Amino acid sequence: MKNLYLIAYLDLKESMRAKWFLVYSLVFGGLIALFFIAGVTESQVMGFSGLSRLLLMYIQITIVILPIFILITTVRSISGDRDNHILEYMLSFAISLRQYYWGKIIGRFVTVYMPVFLAMVIAIVYGSAIGAPIPWGIFFLYTGLLFALSSAFLGIAFFISSFVKSSEVALGIAFFVWIFLLAFIDIALISLMMQNRFNEELIITLALLNPMEIFRIAAISLFDPELTVMGPVAFTILDTMSQMKFVLLSIGYPILLGLAFAYAGFSIFKKKDLV
Amino acid sequence: MIKVNSLTKKFGQNISLDNVSCEFKKNDYIALMGANGAGKTTLIRSILGYYHPDEGNVLINGLDPIKQRVEVLANISFVPQLPPPIKLSIEELMSYVSISSGIDKDLIKHYSNEMKLDINANMNKSFFKLSGGMKQKLLIAISLAKKSGIIIYDEPTANLDPKARDDFYRLLKQNEEDKVLLFVTHRLEEVEELVNRQIYMDLGTITSDERVS
Repeated sequence: MKNLYLIAYLDLKESMRAKWFLVYSLVFGGLIALFFIAGVTESQVMGFSGLSRLLLMYIQITIVILPIFILITTVRSISGDRDNHILEYMLSFAISLRQYYWGKIIGRFVTVYMPVFLAMVIAIVYGSAIGAPIPWGIFFLYTGLLFALSSAFLGIAFFISSFVKSSEVALGIAFFVWIFLLAFIDIALISLMMQNRFNEELIITLALLNPMEIFRIAAISLFDPELTVMGPVAFTILDTMSQMKFVLLSIGYPILLGLAFAYAGFSIFKKKDLV
Repeated sequence: MIKVNSLTKKFGQNISLDNVSCEFKKNDYIALMGANGAGKTTLIRSILGYYHPDEGNVLINGLDPIKQRVEVLANISFVPQLPPPIKLSIEELMSYVSISSGIDKDLIKHYSNEMKLDINANMNKSFFKLSGGMKQKLLIAISLAKKSGIIIYDEPTANLDPKARDDFYRLLKQNEEDKVLLFVTHRLEEVEELVNRQIYMDLGTITSDERVS
């Protein structure tokens, strides 16, 4: 176990010194600061106001940018080390591949989750300092959703990283995955429904398989019981499933998906040539 | 200690090692030579367990370097031809090798001093930011401090000045007893005094294997 934590710790320290981590933290921390400066907490749109509105806006932007941030920063984790011969040297020591791979995942998970989580904590602390009511339910839901979304995309990123030999190809695949999943949130799904090319069950299944769509529906479901801003697919899903059941699904499924991809990545990593 | 049995390794259509067999025993100090693409690095990487062979196998003290990599690598020191751009600080890199392989940090510092590398002044500096020669000296110091039975060097003196090379060969001479020492080199004259066996490779095969006094 000590080697697992050693790898995780060193990956975390290395990441925190990297420029991408600074940009990543500034983007999410800056978003919260920008919302406060822009007076989002004082505005009211469609019934959302105060910190709830701020967190909602934060989460809606996070849906789009968090996956691509995780993918492009993580996908080169192993393939990049392989590319520049770091893997060749670091794996010449008595470290098992299991410890190396899962240690990297743990370290990287803390790196990508910490800034998005801390940005929300800052929002809550600042909001409470200026006397705004704290929406604890939303805070805990979003904390869980961000944890789940980070897990899903981290797993996908490590999966890609495990079989791709060059980091440029890894980046290309990561970008494609992001665009593909982004397209299959309501925009593309609505057009499929409107064209009546596929039956409803297939479209709902596609939506439920997409962690970004699940995240989006769960994030907004607490706010919009009339489901007016959610789109037809989200409406259908929540019409057939209770909200509590869907929230549990929206946290549990991406975590399992991430673990499944990470494990598949590990199987490839240990069966393929290392360098 | 190292037994390579009918090892074949292909990359696509290219055969990098073609049915290679050889054995390295304790007190074998080998210069492994050959043109670029002869299969030297592939052979070394196979010994380190990085490559899955297409045919044949490698055994290190009877152990498979892929399936039992931790036990095997605990007894191998390796220095690559070019130091990799590791972003860890020297302190962190030393922690990594010390915790993972039980290498004594004081011993790393001792060998660093012997190689005229002032490690204490650079502990918080990223390994990546050291000069080429400093990086190579540190990797050599780590390899010697590991006290392994098998030492593998892939052109380790490429970045070293003549004085540092002398220090390196002196330290190696003091530490080679009862070990297998495997040098990949293009400059036999540099290691001639250290080695007692010369192996030439070409097109994935061993073309000559001679004992020298």
